[in-house]
Amino acid sequence: MIALEFILSGMLAAATPFLLAALGELVGERAGVLNLGVEGVMALGAAIAFIIVYHGGGHILAFAGAGLAGALLSLLFAFAALGLQANQVAAGLAIGILGQGLSALFGKTYESLTVKGLQKLAIPGLSDLPVVGGLFVQDIVVWLSLAATLAIWTTFAFTKTGLLLRAVGENPKAAHSIGYPVIAIRVAAVAFGGLMSGFAGAYAATVYTPLWADGMIAGRGWIALALVVFGTWLTARIFLGACLFGAVSLAGLAAQAGGVELPSQLLASMPYLVTIIVLGIISSNRRLLKLNGVASLGEPFKP
Amino acid sequence: MSAARIWPKLMKRERPSLSIKILAPLVALVVATLINLLLYLVMGKDPVAVFHAMILEPFISFPSFSEVLLKTGPLLLIAEGLAIGYRAKVFNIGAEGQFIIGAIFASALPVWYPMATGQWIWPTMLLAGAIGGALWAGITAFWRVRLRANEILVSLMLSLVAAQVLNYLLLGPWKDPNGFNFPQSVMFQYDAMVPLIIPGTRVNASLLIAVALALMAYVFMQKSFMGYKLEVGGLAPRAAGYAGFSEGRAIWLSLLIGGFAAGLAGAAEVAGPIGQLQRSISTGYGYAAIIVAYLGGLHPIGIVFSSVVMAAIYIGGDNALVSADLPIAAVRVFLGSLLLSYLMAMTFVRYRLVFARQAIGGAT
Repeated sequence: MIALEFILSGMLAAATPFLLAALGELVGERAGVLNLGVEGVMALGAAIAFIIVYHGGGHILAFAGAGLAGALLSLLFAFAALGLQANQVAAGLAIGILGQGLSALFGKTYESLTVKGLQKLAIPGLSDLPVVGGLFVQDIVVWLSLAATLAIWTTFAFTKTGLLLRAVGENPKAAHSIGYPVIAIRVAAVAFGGLMSGFAGAYAATVYTPLWADGMIAGRGWIALALVVFGTWLTARIFLGACLFGAVSLAGLAAQAGGVELPSQLLASMPYLVTIIVLGIISSNRRLLKLNGVASLGEPFKP
Repeated sequence: MSAARIWPKLMKRERPSLSIKILAPLVALVVATLINLLLYLVMGKDPVAVFHAMILEPFISFPSFSEVLLKTGPLLLIAEGLAIGYRAKVFNIGAEGQFIIGAIFASALPVWYPMATGQWIWPTMLLAGAIGGALWAGITAFWRVRLRANEILVSLMLSLVAAQVLNYLLLGPWKDPNGFNFPQSVMFQYDAMVPLIIPGTRVNASLLIAVALALMAYVFMQKSFMGYKLEVGGLAPRAAGYAGFSEGRAIWLSLLIGGFAAGLAGAAEVAGPIGQLQRSISTGYGYAAIIVAYLGGLHPIGIVFSSVVMAAIYIGGDNALVSADLPIAAVRVFLGSLLLSYLMAMTFVRYRLVFARQAIGGAT
C-alpha cells in the first residue's frame, strides 16, 4: 500500500518530461514530420534552464529560455529537412548529436551543482483523500502539462487548426492544391515540437531532479518518440503511456524500498526494456497503426 | 506566389551532379570547421591554437597520426556495416550497443580463462565479439521483421540496455578482485592481444581486418547480385517482392552485417589498445560511425576516407583538450554540425538554386 501511494503521488511528475516531449513530437508527426532530434533538443533545453535558474533567473525565465532554444534548434532541423529536403532521419540524428553536444558544452562548469525546484500545490479536499491523495499534490508545471494535454486533444478533435495539421500530414499534395502552405504549416509544427521538448528538458533539469549531470536526459527523448507510436498518434493514449512510464520509473525505487533485491542496472534499464516490449506489442497490431497512423510521415514534400 | 520573389527556389536538376556529390563532404568539413572556430572564439578560446591542435597536429606529427590510424579501425568497421543497412533503408542506430556487447563477448574468454595461452586466443575473441554483436542486432531484426517495430527506436533502446549490462558486469561478477574496486576487469594476458603491425605505435592488425572488410563490402555492394538484391529489397520492397526478393531478408541481413561489424570493432578495442573490459571502451564510436557512413556517401570506398577524417577529429579533439583547453563536448558539437552541413550540401546534388529574377524569366 505504501508502494502504491508512493507511485501514485510521484507518477505525474515523473511522467511530465515524457509527456511534454511526446505531445510536441505528436504535433510534428501529425503534420507529417519525423524529428528524431528530441533527445538532443531536450538536453539543450535542460542545460539552458538549469543555467538560468542557477544564476537566479527564476523558473519562468528558465522555461522561456529552454523553450526558445528548443524551438530554434528544431527550426534548424526544419530548415535542413523541409527547406532543403535533406534526409529526415539523418537530419534528426544530426540535430540530436548537436543538441547533446551543446548541452554538454554549456553545462560543463555546472556538473553536480544543484538548484531549488518548485513548490507543490495541493488541491484542497482531494489531496486529503486516502491513498490517491498524493495525486493531487503537484507542482504548477504538472498542472500546466495536464492543461496542455487537454488543449492539444481539443485542438485535434474540434478545431480547424487541428484539421489543417492532419490534412498536411495525411495528404500534403491535396492540402497544397487547395491552397494551404504545406511547408509553412510543417515548419510551425516542428517549432512547436521543439518548444515543448525544450520545456520537457527544463522540467527534468530544474524541477524533477534539480541537479546538473551531463547526459541527464538519459534516453527520455527517445522514449518520448516511442510514446507517440504507443499512443498510436492519439493524445489521450499518449497521456496514458506517459503515466505508465512515470510509474515504471518509480516502481523500481518502490521495489527497492520494499526490500526487493534487484541490481540497480536492471532498474535503470527498466524503462528501455518496457519500451522495447510495448513497442513490439503495439507494432505487431497492424490494424491499430493503420487506423491512426500518419500517411505521409517522414516523406519529403516539395510544392 | 509572392514568397518566390524573396526566397531563391530549389529546382530539380536533370540528372544528379556527381561533382557536387564528391565535393559535398569537403564543403561540409570546411563550413563546420569555420562555424566551430567561430564558436571557440565566442567561448574565449584561441581559434588559431585550436585549429593547429585539432586539424593540423593529427596529420603532421607521427605519434598523433599513428593514433589516428588506431582510431580509424573501429570507425571504419562499424560504418561499413551500417552503410550497407542504410542503403537498404534499414536504420540501425544501435551500433554503440552492438559494439559494447561485442566487447563483452570477446572479454569472456580472457576473464574466464586468464591463464590460457596460445595464438588462437585473440582470433577467437574477435570472432566471439562479432557473433555477440550480430546476436544483439538480431534482436532488433526480429522486432522489426516479426513484430514490425521501428528499428531506429529498438536498436537505440538496446544500446542503452547494453551500457547497463556492461556496468553490471564491471561492478559485479567481472570486477577485477585486485583492482582497488575500480569498475574494470582483469588485464588480459599477452595472447589475448591483437598483434601490433607498426612497431613503436599502438596500431594493430585489426586495422588490416577493417580495410579487408571494407574491400569486401565494396565487392558486395557494388559488384554482387546479392548486394543489389539487398538494396532493392529495402528501397522498393513491393517491386522487390514481385521479383522474388524479400524485404524481411534484407532487414535481417542488414542488421546482422551491421551487428557483426560493430561487435568485431568492440572486440578489437578490448583485445587491442585497451587490454581489459572497462566502462570507457567506447567513446561514442557507434554514433560517430553513423556520421562516417553518411560522410562517405554510404559508399564502401568513400567511407575509408571519411573514417580517417573522423578519427583525426577524435584525436584532434583530444589534442585541443590538452593544448588549447577545449572541452571534449566541443567534439560532439563539431560532429553534429558536420553531419548537418553535409546533409544540407547534399541537397545540391539533386537540386540547384534559382534566384527570383531568373525564375520569373524562366519557364516556371
